[in-house]
Amino acid sequence: MVDALFLAAAVCFILALRGLSSAETACRGNLFGIFGMILACVGAYLSINFLDMGFTLLAIAIGGGIGVYVARVVSITALPQMVAGFHSLIGLAAVLISFGAYYAPGLFRCACSSCNVAELGLGLAIGAVTFVGSAVAFMKLHGNCPNYRVPQMLNVFFGALVLSLFSYFVFTGSETALLLLAAFSLILGGTLVLPIGGADMPVVVSLLNSYSGWTASGIGFTIDNDLLIITGALVGASGAILSYIMCRGMNRSILDVIFGSVDRIESEDRLRISESRPIKCGSAEDAAMVLRNARSVIIVPGYGMATSRAQYALKEMADVLRNRGVGVKYAIHPVAGRMPGHMNVLLAEAGVSYEDVFELEAINGEFPSCDVAYVVGANDITNPAALNDPSCSIYGMPILEVGKAATVLFLKRSLGAGYAGVDNELFFASNTMMLLGDAKATTEDVIKVLRNSGR
Amino acid sequence: MLERFMESCFHAMVDDLFCCFQTGGGAVAGSGMHAITVFLLACFVGYFVVWSVTPALHAPLMSVTNAISSVIIVAGIFLAAQHFYGHSKILGFVAVGLASVNIFGGFTITHRMLSMFHKKR
Repeated sequence: MVDALFLAAAVCFILALRGLSSAETACRGNLFGIFGMILACVGAYLSINFLDMGFTLLAIAIGGGIGVYVARVVSITALPQMVAGFHSLIGLAAVLISFGAYYAPGLFRCACSSCNVAELGLGLAIGAVTFVGSAVAFMKLHGNCPNYRVPQMLNVFFGALVLSLFSYFVFTGSETALLLLAAFSLILGGTLVLPIGGADMPVVVSLLNSYSGWTASGIGFTIDNDLLIITGALVGASGAILSYIMCRGMNRSILDVIFGSVDRIESEDRLRISESRPIKCGSAEDAAMVLRNARSVIIVPGYGMATSRAQYALKEMADVLRNRGVGVKYAIHPVAGRMPGHMNVLLAEAGVSYEDVFELEAINGEFPSCDVAYVVGANDITNPAALNDPSCSIYGMPILEVGKAATVLFLKRSLGAGYAGVDNELFFASNTMMLLGDAKATTEDVIKVLRNSGR
Repeated sequence: MLERFMESCFHAMVDDLFCCFQTGGGAVAGSGMHAITVFLLACFVGYFVVWSVTPALHAPLMSVTNAISSVIIVAGIFLAAQHFYGHSKILGFVAVGLASVNIFGGFTITHRMLSMFHKKR
């Protein structure tokens, strides 16, 4: 009976992920997930004959209350850090459970406490790395943690230490080894994520997502529970695929991101030279003029849209333009923003229909035939240097070819280089007009001019 | 190579099923091969299911996977339900609390996100 419930729960989780294959079925998928979780809990209670149920229900009530509250109040803009924070909680829970399982070896179905020592140690180590790594990622995304340069040797050192402690623990099963393993895994989690910078965050967040899955699997192995193993593997695979997609979007290998081998401060000199070159800056009036005469506009949002919360203004501008008969589409680069799908959610929040939002491959061919590319706080993902300058650090990264549009309106706070520290040739192109200032304020000015100009 | 691997997976499964049949379930769970089989097959399922997720929904995918990986609450419930009061019971209690923050929070935020995705009116 219990096994059947657990199996049903696992199937529900698979259906939950399956539901996300299209926006129509996604909500149903989420309900499957909730249902699966209820089945899993009922199964757990059944298998212990509802022993001391009030105690755990209290914990669920407290935790659930906090969870629902946080998820309701948090703004969609703060989504990446919230997801990171949640990963961190899973990591901590996994660490606690591993310790609990160690101190109560007879509790779980495996009678022998020695056979599962390896899985226990593995679950503990990954959980600890997830916990601290996600906590650091949370602080970084929240904006109160600078990038520290951690010497690579230190990571290698802690990594080796964790590995040797792990093997020592597997052979001896000693408590000291377990405690040390936990301590150094926690430190390793910190030193791994501390040096990683903002634009690499999509990879880190999805990697930590993957870890939280593997740790669940590790616990599943420890207590010999198939449901945990299956679910952990699903989540682990999901995070791994997302990390792969993000890395492909930046043309970087996963090791490159984790060990940050690209030297990002190289191009300061180049920037100084290039600032003397002519740049065409425009006002909101100029931009409105260009937009008024356009037939098709493609909006390209980047992280700058998230920081200035410009999505509502953009949607309003798109509506105004549509009323004038201008076709408006949105183009999203896989690594735009700070987590996978970040831009899609922000646009959806503002009420943009997902049918107007296109992925890189789907829309790149349309730039040559479009009149205006309206780039909002996105830099590296539009930089043609990625296509034709083999010496630059982002060479080979697929970009949105906005430069092929008849006119490029480039909204940017300042003329600085992007995150990757590479100068953007587009700024100096003859068909580019820079609109310097806050993306939201600028867009609102453009809307005003468009409205006032009437027909 | 791959064929041989699949073959051994298959054999492991058959062995486990047979074992299950003999012992009436339950007891097989102790065999390591069973767990690894389940794990590998689940990885494959995850691989194919996640590739079919549309890129636009990658953010909800992260939050929903976050919620379902909190299924470790099951282990927490086992720990917290022990008779004696000790380390493990307290650890289990806290773990159940943390996991439920994730479960409730994860599903709520996923629902919030998904309800924003809509078609052109």
